[in-house]
Amino acid sequence: MADVKLTNVKKVYANQVEVMRDINLDIKQGEFIVFVGPSGCGKSTLLRMISGLEEISGGTLEIDGQVVNDIPPSLRGIAMVFQSYALYPHMTVYDNMAFSLQIAKVAKDDIDQQVRKAAEMLQLTPYLDRLPKALSGGQRQRVAIGRAIVRRPKVFLFDEPLSNLDAALRVATRMEIANLKESMPDSTMIYVTHDQVEAMTLADRIVLLSAGNIEQVGSPLALYERPENVFVAKFIGAPAMNIIPCTVQSTGDHTEVSLSSGQAVTLPIKTASSEQGKPAHFGVRPEHLDIAGDGDAAILEGEVSFIESLGEATLLYIAVPGMDDMVIAKQIGTIPTQRGDKVRLVANPERLHLFDENEQSYRTE
Amino acid sequence: MVISKKGSALTAVVHLTVLFLVVMWTIPTAGLFISSIRDKDQLSTSGWWTALSTSEQRLVERAASPESQTQENGLWVIRGNVLGDSEGEVTRFGSSSLKPEDFAAGETAELRRGIRLQVMANGDYEISSETEMQGRRGQRIFYTAEVPPRFTLDNYREVLGAEGLGKSFINSLTVTIPATIIPILIAAFAAYALAWMKFPGRGLLIAAVVGLLVVPLQMSLIPLLKSYNVIGEFFGVGAKTYVGIWLAHTGFGLPLAIYLLRNYIAGLPGEIIESARVDGASDFDIFRKIILPLSFPALASFAIFQFLWVWNDLLIAMVFLGNNEDQLVMTGQLRELLGSRGGNWEILTASAFITIIIPLCVFFGLQRYLVRGLLAGSVK
Amino acid sequence: MGQLATALVTMILGVLACAAYFYGSNALLDLIFPGKNRPASEIARNLRISNRIRPWLFLGPAVLILTFYLFYPVVDSLRLSFFGRTGEEFVGLSNYTWLFGSEEFYESFRNNMLWLIFVPTAATFFGLVIATMTDRIWWGNIAKSLIFMPMAISFIGASVIWKFIYDYRSGGDPQIGLLNAIVVFFGGDPQPWITIPFWNNFFLMIILVWIQTGFAMVILSAALRGIPDETIEAAVLDGANGVQIFFKIMVPQIWGTIAVVWTTITILVLKVFDIVLAMTNGQWGTQVLANQMFDWMFRGGGDFGRGAVVAIVIMVLVIPIMVWNIKRANAEMEGR
Ligand SMILES: Nc1ncnc2c1ncn2[C@@H]1O[C@H](COP(=O)(O)OP(=O)(O)O)[C@@H](O)[C@H]1O
Ligand SMILES: [Mg+2]
Repeated sequence: MADVKLTNVKKVYANQVEVMRDINLDIKQGEFIVFVGPSGCGKSTLLRMISGLEEISGGTLEIDGQVVNDIPPSLRGIAMVFQSYALYPHMTVYDNMAFSLQIAKVAKDDIDQQVRKAAEMLQLTPYLDRLPKALSGGQRQRVAIGRAIVRRPKVFLFDEPLSNLDAALRVATRMEIANLKESMPDSTMIYVTHDQVEAMTLADRIVLLSAGNIEQVGSPLALYERPENVFVAKFIGAPAMNIIPCTVQSTGDHTEVSLSSGQAVTLPIKTASSEQGKPAHFGVRPEHLDIAGDGDAAILEGEVSFIESLGEATLLYIAVPGMDDMVIAKQIGTIPTQRGDKVRLVANPERLHLFDENEQSYRTE
Repeated sequence: MVISKKGSALTAVVHLTVLFLVVMWTIPTAGLFISSIRDKDQLSTSGWWTALSTSEQRLVERAASPESQTQENGLWVIRGNVLGDSEGEVTRFGSSSLKPEDFAAGETAELRRGIRLQVMANGDYEISSETEMQGRRGQRIFYTAEVPPRFTLDNYREVLGAEGLGKSFINSLTVTIPATIIPILIAAFAAYALAWMKFPGRGLLIAAVVGLLVVPLQMSLIPLLKSYNVIGEFFGVGAKTYVGIWLAHTGFGLPLAIYLLRNYIAGLPGEIIESARVDGASDFDIFRKIILPLSFPALASFAIFQFLWVWNDLLIAMVFLGNNEDQLVMTGQLRELLGSRGGNWEILTASAFITIIIPLCVFFGLQRYLVRGLLAGSVK
Repeated sequence: MGQLATALVTMILGVLACAAYFYGSNALLDLIFPGKNRPASEIARNLRISNRIRPWLFLGPAVLILTFYLFYPVVDSLRLSFFGRTGEEFVGLSNYTWLFGSEEFYESFRNNMLWLIFVPTAATFFGLVIATMTDRIWWGNIAKSLIFMPMAISFIGASVIWKFIYDYRSGGDPQIGLLNAIVVFFGGDPQPWITIPFWNNFFLMIILVWIQTGFAMVILSAALRGIPDETIEAAVLDGANGVQIFFKIMVPQIWGTIAVVWTTITILVLKVFDIVLAMTNGQWGTQVLANQMFDWMFRGGGDFGRGAVVAIVIMVLVIPIMVWNIKRANAEMEGR
C-alpha cells in the first residue's frame, strides 16, 4: 500500500506569493502519474512538497495512509531523480548508489548486494568504479535512477529527468523508464515534465497544472478527447486546438452556434436553454479539419495564407474573414493546395468541442 | 582573438611592453637575491647590477706583525699577500689613509726611517728595513684592487647561524599553521550554514560579514590589547600567548574566509545537496561528505591566502606577541635588523630573502588555487 | 628542538580542539534529539527542534569570534575615543579637539588621501593594461606569474627590497641604489629619495603599487576573458580599431569588476602601515593614519584615547565602502 493522498495542499513562499492552491489528488499504489504543465506552473514545487524538500504551507499529505507533513524526506519512503542528475561528483558510481545505505548504516554485504543488483538491472555494472564525469549523459541518468532504486522506495519521484538529454537519447531513456515501471508494478511513480509527448506516452494518469491549480486529471486519451476547459484543450495536442469565439444560437440536445466568421455550426452537445445568446468558444483540432468536397456544408471558409510541408503532413494556415487568429488545418501527406487558394473546411461533428464563456467544457460526462 | 591578427608590428609592441613591465616588476626582487649572495665587502661598495663585472675596490689590509720578520742579505724583511686567498689585481697602494693611492703597483714606497714598502700587482708585498723593526702590530697597507665577482653563501650561513633567524622561523611556523587551519574550519561551517541552512537572521548575518570585511584591524588593537591583559592576568599567563595570536588571526581572517567560502558553497548545485538530504544525510553528514570534498579548491585558495597573510604579517605579531626570542617571528626579526643593523646589508639581504622564500614557494607552487579563490570572491 | 616539540603539540592541540567542538556538539545534538528509529510524531518534533539549533552550532564559533575581535572593538574604540590615555577618565571631546588641532593629523590625513587616490588608480591601471596585453601573447602566463609574485612578499620584505632601489650615498661614492645609479649614469645628481618632502610619499606608494598590481591583473584578466568574443567580433566587423574596442567595448563590460578591484585595494590602502613603518616610520612628512595610530598606542607607554580617535577616523573613511559592499552583496544574493 503506497497511496499518496493530497488534501487541500497549499504552498506559500516567503514573499507571500501563493504558488499552489488547494491541491486535492489521490494517487493509487502502482500508478504512473505525470504532472505536466507550462514552465513555472508549480510542478516542481508540488513534487518537492511530496518529497519533503519543500515545506507544505497548508493541507495534508499522506503517504501510505500516514500524514507525513513533518517527516523529513529520508523517512518518507520516497526516492527522487533530479533533472541535473545530482550525482555526487567526487564519488564513484558505486559510492553514489551506496550513499543512502551507508548513511542508514546498512551492513556492508547488504549494500554491496543491492548496489550490484540495481547496477545489473540498469546495465551499469562495467561502470561501477568510474566517477560521474567519465560517464555519458544517458549513463549518468541511469546512475541517478539506480540510486533511487537502491533505496527501495514506495514512491519514485522524477523531476524532468530527460530534459538534459539530447533528442535521440530522450526517446531511448523514456522507454527505459517505461520498462522500469513495468518491472516494478507495485511502486508508485510521480513524474514531472513540461513535454506533453512524455506525458502522453508514460502516464497512467496525467495531472495537468497551470498557475498553481489542477486543470484536469485523467488518462492521456481522456485529456485529448474530452478536455474540460480551453487551457487543457490548447495544451494537449500539437499544433494546438483552434479556438474560435462564437455565440450560442439555439440550445437543447444539439447546440447551434454562430462563429465570428458568420458561419453557423451545429454540435451534438447538450446545453441548457439558459445559455441561449451567450458568448462561447468553439474548438476544433487541426488534425480534425478536412478540405471539403463539392457540395459539403463547410464550417469554415478562407484563404490559405501560409503552408508548412512536413512530409508526413501539411499544415495550412488559413485566414478566415471576420476572425483575428488564423485557423490551422493539418492534412495527411502532401496536398496540391497552394498559397492564396480558397479552401472550405469540414469536420466530423463528434470531434468538435464547445466551451462556455468561462472556458469550461459544455460536455458533462 | 581577432585583434592579435592585426599585424605583427602591434604584436611586437605588445611583446616589448610586457617584457619591459615584467623586468620592472622582477628587478627589485632580483636585486635583493643577487645582493644576498654577494661578498659582503662588495655588497656595500657597489651596486648589485655590477655583481658580474670586475669591481674596483679600496681596501685595507694589515701586514704581518714585525715578529715574523726574517733577515735576508742584511735586510729585515716581512712578506705576505694583501689579497689573501681571494683573487684580484692590485692597481695602486699607499701607506696611510690620507694617501691611499700614492703609488702604482710595483713601485716602492719610502716609509719612515728607511723602511720601504713594495706591493706587486698580484698582491705580494714586501716590507724591508735596514734595522730590526719594532712593535707588535703590522703595518697597514691601503690598496686599490680590481676584484673579480665573488658569490658566496656566507651571508646565509652567518644569518642562519647567529642571528636567531632559525628560531624565529620556527616561531613563524608556530603562529602560521594553526592560524591558517582554525579559521578555515570555523569559516567553512559558518559558510555552509549561511549558504544552505534556513534560520531567522541569516540575511542580517551575511550583511554583517560583508560589513566586517572592511573594518580596519587597527581598530581592534587597543580594545583587544586591553581585553588580553585582563584575560591573561586571569589565567596567569600574560597577555602575549600563541593561542592569543591564533585567535586574533582567526578573527581578522574570518570575514574574508566566510565570504569567499560562502560564495563558493552557495554556488554548488543545490540538487546535489537536496539529493543527499533525500538520501538521509544530516546537515553534518552533508557538510563532511559532500561540501568539504567539493569545496576543496576554495578551501585551498583561502588557506594560501591566510598563510601568506599570517606569515607576512608584522602588525598583529608586534601587538600580540612579545619581542623575546621565544616569540619573535620572522617579519619582526627582519624589522629589528632593519633598525639595529640597517648598515649591515649582508645580514639584511640574506634575512629578507629567507623570510620571503617560504611565501614565494607557496605562491609559485599553489598559484592555480590562489587565483581560483580570488576569482570566486570577486568576479560574478 | 624542545621548542619545536612544544610548538607541534600546541598546534595539534589547537586544531584538534576546534575540530572536536564541531564533531562533539553535533553528536550531542543528535543524541538529545534523535531523528531515527522513533515514532513519526516524535521524529517530527525532534527534527523541528534540532533544525532550529543546528545552524547556531555551525555558526557559533564564527559569531563569537567576529563579535569579540571585530564588532566589540569597533564599539569600544568609539568609547575609548572619549577617554584619557589609560582609558579610565572621561575627557569628553578633548581627544577630538586635539586631533583636529594637530599638525601631524593633517599631514597624515593628506598623505592618506594621496595614497587613496594614487595607489588604487595606478594598480588598477597597470593591472588592466597588463591583463589586456598578456592575454594575447604565448608567454602571457609566465609574465602574469612574475608580476603577481610580489603579492607573496611581506610589506616588510618589500621594504628591504626597495631599499636597494632608493638607497642614497652622498659624495662621490658609487651609488648602490638602482634609481640613483640610473640618475648618475644619465649625468644627474643622486637624490636622497626617501627624504624629499612630499615626493617621498610617492616613492613609498610605488612599493604598494608594485605589490598590488598583480592582484588587479589576475582579477581583471579573468573578467576580460569572460567578455563574450561575439561582442568583440561584432565591433571588428563594425570597423572599430583596437583602442576603440578596448575602451568602448571591453572596459564597459567589466566596470563591475574594476569597481571591485578598486575598492579592495582602497581598503588595503587605508590599513597600510608596514611599509611606512619600515621605510620612514612617518618621518620626513610621510606619516599616515594607521602608523600614527600605532604610534600613539605605544609611544611613551601608549595613549589609548588618542590612538582610538585616529582609529575612528579610519573607520569613518571605510564606512562608505562598507555600505556599498553590503548593497552589492545583497543585490547579488537576490540574483540567486
Ligand atoms: N524559493 C522560491 N521563492 C519564491 N517563489 C518561488 C520559489 N521557487 C519557485 N517559486 C515560484 O513558484 C512557481 C512554481 O515554480 P516551479 O514549481 O519551479 O515551476 P515548474 O512547474 O516550472 O517546475 C514559479 O512561479 C516560481 O517563480
Ligand atoms: Mg521545474
